[in-house]
Formats: sequence, C-alpha cells, structure tokens
Amino acid sequence: MERNPLRRQLQIMRKSLFDQGYLDEQFVQLEELQDDSNPNFVEEVVTLYYRDSARLILNLEQALERKPYNFNKLDAYMHQFKGSSSSIGAKKVKAESTLFREYCKSGNGEGCMRCFQQLKKEYATLRKKLEAYFQLARQAGPMETACRPK
Amino acid sequence: MSSASSSAAWKSADSVPDQFPAGLRVLVVDDDPTCLIILEKMLRTCSYEVTKCNRAETALAILRENKNGFDIVISDVHMPDMDGFKLLEHIGLEMDLPVIMMSADDGKHVVMKGVTHGACDYLIKPVRMEALKNIWQHVIRKRKNGWKDLEQSGSVEEGDRQQKQSEDAEYSSSANEGNWKSSKKRKDDEDETEDRDDTSTLKKPRVVWSVELHQQFVAAVNQLGIDKAVPKKILELMNVPGLTRENVASHLQKYRLYLRRLSGVSPHANNSFMNPQEETFGPLSSVSGLDLQALAAGGQLPAQCLATLQAAALGRSTAKSSIPMPLVDQRNIFSFENPKLRFGEGQQQLMNTNKPINLLHGIPTTMEPKQLTTSQSIGNINMQVASHGVQSSQNNSALINMQVASHGVQSSQNNSALINMQVASHSVQSNQNNSALMQMGQPQFARAPRLPLSVGQPIISNGIAASYNPVPQSSSMLNFPMNHASELPGNGFPLGSTPGMSGCTSKGTFQEDFNSEIKGSVGFMSSYDIFNNLNQHKPQNWELQNVGMTFDDSRHSNSLQGNLDLSQSVLVQQGFSSGRMSGQNRSAAVVSKAMFSAGDSTEPGNLLNVSQHLNSLPVDNTIRVKTESVADVNSDNLFIDHFGQEDLMSALLKQQQGIAPAENEFDFDGYSLDNIQV
Repeated sequence: MERNPLRRQLQIMRKSLFDQGYLDEQFVQLEELQDDSNPNFVEEVVTLYYRDSARLILNLEQALERKPYNFNKLDAYMHQFKGSSSSIGAKKVKAESTLFREYCKSGNGEGCMRCFQQLKKEYATLRKKLEAYFQLARQAGPMETACRPK
Repeated sequence: MSSASSSAAWKSADSVPDQFPAGLRVLVVDDDPTCLIILEKMLRTCSYEVTKCNRAETALAILRENKNGFDIVISDVHMPDMDGFKLLEHIGLEMDLPVIMMSADDGKHVVMKGVTHGACDYLIKPVRMEALKNIWQHVIRKRKNGWKDLEQSGSVEEGDRQQKQSEDAEYSSSANEGNWKSSKKRKDDEDETEDRDDTSTLKKPRVVWSVELHQQFVAAVNQLGIDKAVPKKILELMNVPGLTRENVASHLQKYRLYLRRLSGVSPHANNSFMNPQEETFGPLSSVSGLDLQALAAGGQLPAQCLATLQAAALGRSTAKSSIPMPLVDQRNIFSFENPKLRFGEGQQQLMNTNKPINLLHGIPTTMEPKQLTTSQSIGNINMQVASHGVQSSQNNSALINMQVASHGVQSSQNNSALINMQVASHSVQSNQNNSALMQMGQPQFARAPRLPLSVGQPIISNGIAASYNPVPQSSSMLNFPMNHASELPGNGFPLGSTPGMSGCTSKGTFQEDFNSEIKGSVGFMSSYDIFNNLNQHKPQNWELQNVGMTFDDSRHSNSLQGNLDLSQSVLVQQGFSSGRMSGQNRSAAVVSKAMFSAGDSTEPGNLLNVSQHLNSLPVDNTIRVKTESVADVNSDNLFIDHFGQEDLMSALLKQQQGIAPAENEFDFDGYSLDNIQV
C-alpha cells in the first residue's frame, strides 16, 4: 500500500474506475507500456483518443440529424469509434457502441438515437474521471502513476 | 520473399539468431491514431522495428520503395482510402509479405474474408501485447514455405534446395530462376500468381498477375491495339507502380500465345509464343465456350493463368520446376485428385462449357475472374492448375483444363506431358501440343493412340509432340486451330489427328475447335504442367491426364466428324489421349491406357479410371477432364526434357520443331493458353 497519501488516493481512484466498469483490462495493457522512456504514455494516448473520437462523435451527430438514417454509415462510424474506445479500455463506452451497432443492424432509428445519447454521457463521464486521475497522478509523482503496484 | 537486407536474423530462413525475433521489421497501417500509437508502442516493446502509417496508399508506397525493407505488415480492415483486404491483396501480389489483419470486428465472415484473401493471421481489437509477441512466427513460416517452394520449383535461388529433385534440376536449370514460390493461391484462387522476374537466382518480388491486373493489362493492350501493343507502352498505360517492363513483356508473350490459341491463327513458330499473339488469346477464350465457366475461369484464368503463365514464363524456371518437383506429390494430387475433381465437377462443368468452341472467339468475356476459382471446379484440368500452384488450378477447372495449365509454366508443362492439348499450359507449348491433341478429335486419332504409347513418355515430354511423333502426320494436322498447326508438324503431334485431319472437314472445324480446344488444351496444359512436374518424375501422371482427355474425346470423337466443335476440341485436348487411341474419342480409355503403358504403368489404373469418368461425362465435359489425364501421361517424359529449362512451351516447341528445347518459348507459361480470356 502506498505510503504517500496522494499515491494512495491515486490507487483508490484507479481501483474504483475498474470496479465501476469504466475501464477494463486493456487499460492495464497501456499502463504496462508506460516506462521511463515514456512516463506519460497512458495520458498521451487517452488525450489522443479524446481528440480523435470527438471528431467521430461529431460525424455521428451530423449523421443522426439526417433522416432517414443511413444505417450503414452510422454503423461504419460507430465501428471506428468502438475500435478506438476499446483500445484504451473504455469499457462502458465500448458497450454502448456495441449496442448502437446492434440497433443499426436492425434498423432501429429510435434505439440508435437513445443509445447515442447514453453513449455521449458515458463518454463525457469517463473523460472527466480520467482527467482527474491523470491530474492526481502528476501530482503524486510521475513514476508511480498508472503503474502496477510492485 | 526476399527478405534480404535488413535483419540478418530474419533473413536466414532456418537459423534463428539469439536475439530473435528482435529487429523484426513491421509496418503498421491503421487510420485510427489511437490504435496506431498503441500498436507502435507495443511492437517497440517487443523489440521490433516499427514503421507506422495511417493510410493504405502510403503503406503501399512505402513498401514499394523499400521492397525488402519489411518483414511483416499489420493492417486494419476498415480504412477510408482503401479496403484492408485490397491492401492485403496488393501486398501479397507485389511483395509477398505476410500480412496480419486486425479489426474490432470479430464476425466470422470478416475473419473468413481475411483468410480467403490470404491474411496469415487475424487479430481482434483491442490488440494485446501477447498477440503481437508472436507475429514473428508468420514471417518464419512464410519463409520456410517459400523456400520449399523454391526448392520444389527448382529455383536455384536460395541455394539450399534440399528438396531439389532431379527433375527440378532439369527444369529450373535455366529459365526460371526467379523466386518462384509456389504461390498457392492465397486465396482463393486467384490472384496469386506470381510472376517471377527472370532474374536468375535473385529473389525478386514476384509480380502476381491478379485478375485485376490482368484486366488492366488487357485494357491497355486493347487500347493500343494488338499489333501495336508493346511492353513499354502497355506498362505506361497500365500505370501500375512496381510493375516492370519485363513483367509486362513476359505476360504479353503469354497473352499472345493464348490469343493465338484462341484464334487458331496460323501457328507461328514457336516464336509465336513470344510473339504477341494477343489475338489468339482472345479467341481462345471463346473456345472455352466449352464451358463458359471454364472460360470464365479460363478467362479468369487467362488473367490468372496469364499471371501464372507470366509468372511462369518469367519465373519459368520456377514454374516448371515447381511442377516437377513435387512431382511426386503433385502428381498425385493432380493426377488423382484432379480426375476426381474433374469428374465431379468437371462433369458439370464440362457440360456447361462444352459449348462449341467455335463461337467462343469473342466470348471470353464470360470468363470472369471468379471463374478462375471455378476452374477448379471444372476439375478438368484442375489438375493442371495445381501444378503451378495457384494459378493453374484455377484455370484448369474452367477451361479445358488444359488450358489452365497455361499459366505458362504450368500448363505448358503439363500440357506437354499430357499431350493433352494441354493447352497451352505453356501457352507456347500448349499450342503446339494442343494441336497435337486436337488432332485427337479427328478420327485420325486412331493413330494417335499409337503414339503415346509407343513413345510413351518421351513423346510426352515434348509436350505433345513427343507423343505425337509417332504420328507425325496427324500432328501437324491437328494443331491447326491453334496456329500451331505448323508447329505440330515439327512436333509431330501425333495426336493422330493429323492423319485424319487432313482429310477431315473437321479440320476446318478444328480450327475453331482447336482454338477452343487449344484453349482447352491450354487448360490441360496447365494441368499438365502440374503433371509435368509430376510427370517428370512419373510418367504416369501423364497417363492419367490423358485419360481425362480421352474420354471427352471419345464422346466427342464420335461426333467428331460432325462435332468437331468444341467437344472435339476439347477432346482433342483430351482426346489426345483418346484421339490417339481411337481416333476420336473412344480411345480415350485406350489412350489413357496407352499412355499408361507408355508412361509408368503404375498409373494406368488411374488413367483408366479417369477415362471412364470421362466417358461418362457428357461429351462436352469430357474434354475437360481430359486435360488432366493427359498431363499425367508421359508428361514426364515429354516435358521433363524440355521443361527443365524453359517453359514447356519452349520445350514443346522444340520438340515440335525438332529444335533444341527452346527455353524461351515457354515463357508463356501462364498463358498457355487458351483459357486466357482476352
């Protein structure tokens, strides 16, 4: 257990992210890639993800404004979004993406719209939580952030 | 693959250095920046050398610039500028590197698509480190397989051809050194033909004449005009990066042979192979009318065959060698399997395609690239196709089987051996042989039977000429359609047709038929190639092949007189065997038998069986099958001699002409023939 209160806090925060299902094992993979040569690797990747996925969210918004829905297009966008989200371990967001694609496949426009709203919420929530996490990590000390407990 | 350069560790196929797999050069392609950066980091952590790019076009450019700069490629499936599978195909064709696909999509059909397009692995996103750690195995595996192929094909490149067999030596001795890796169709049938550069012993990236590429080629040729189509201009029109003038030239050669075959234009001397016979190819496809499918396949095949042929032609050495080498194995596969395939499939197919070839001249269109794959179905010649590996088989099915072999290397080889008209297997050869075979249709064949037998293998080796020798008279006759007619005489394709041919009106028909047959034979050839390879070692194969052929002939032969049309042609090819025998078809069985006797007697059984099948097959179809049988026969004898060095075609040509084996002639390998759809 970490002596340093900040680090301990960090650990608790991290654990809760996993326990509450916001993050999955893939996030751990990212953490493992972080090393001395890339001390902020995870944060960098997540930042990149949010930047890129914002574009996809915008595309989806626009596509959902055009009726009738072009389900193929929606599905394609969501497929990309799902790929990115799963790469960083965004569990809930990924689940919503999968659901959205199901609705697309069955041509359920209503379902798509509802699902998309939920997805945006989860996406925003995760972003906030991760931002807080990284901020704390920077405060707690670079080496220990996002590292597996030794 | 030319792993050359870089990582020495990776180059040695068999030895694995200590730090292995460190230093593996990976190219990662993914439009998702998040995934890309993660993958890069993961791969770096595995001690690999990573290059990343987010566009498929960029990736291809990088690969082309740096032909030997990478060991493996990892690509996403869904990309905005190019479909991942398309990229996969391109890479396989042009650089022959192992490609791993990845996607968040784990649906079965997508994974299957990856498999069929030749991906060596499929990863589901999110990708984990563990999955990436072992990607080096694909590199090693591919290398090993490639070497084996090389060895088999007799390519001298790697130097350590353990498997090199004597046959290979024969074949590969000169002509095709290139890295002829038997590119099993990666996929699915198509596409994977490889064009081997002719650089001897240098592993050069093979150019695979995929259907698409071939179509581009054909479009360019048509635009320029058959007469004016020169490799340089074609290359310019095609505008395919990474394609060299040599690639185009060899492909063109094959194509020309193919056209000749189709049109039955007066056979140019063996040179014709090399001559731009574009037109001939066109008609050939029509010939395939036998089986439009076949044609389609053939058509496809042509593309592919051409590709193969090309590859064969270019690489020739490999093609040929490939055939012989595994001869034993291949043979078995082809001779035996094919017959089976053929019958089952071929029968159906035969029926379809048996259409009178005469018309086909213009028809090649039916052949669709897809068909290539079907060609296999046709079974008829499938055998042949197999010889070259991917390509031949394809062609074979659809077309007359014989043709399939046309791939150039394959077909020619096979063809010769089989005598089957095989078509073109060498394209060059096939023509010749085919003619001989074609003769079969003619009643003359009666004589033909003699030939093969007496000659047995030796004849076959000539491709067809060999066998025909005994019947020299007919041989010249028959070949007509193929233009080769002139060639035949040299070869003496005894097919027997000649004797009859002259007298027969069928001759005229044959012409057409021949074209078609030639096509068919081409198909055979291809099969023959396979067989040749096989035969090389085992004459028997040849017999089998013939068998297939003969049957058709028998059927047709009866109608020969009347039917000279395709069936005949087909028969001819196949009929060779049969033609020989009974002159028209009947002897198919006989021929095959004869063949067997000529060849190894061991196989006779096979042939006979084959023939039996053939007989049962609808007349039309028979032809298809035949090709295969022919290949079996003596092909060893016949072809082996020639092929060793050059393509079968040349070998055949030589035979026919009595010239020393002309190596160059067979460059056509791929085209042999007929199937090539123009």
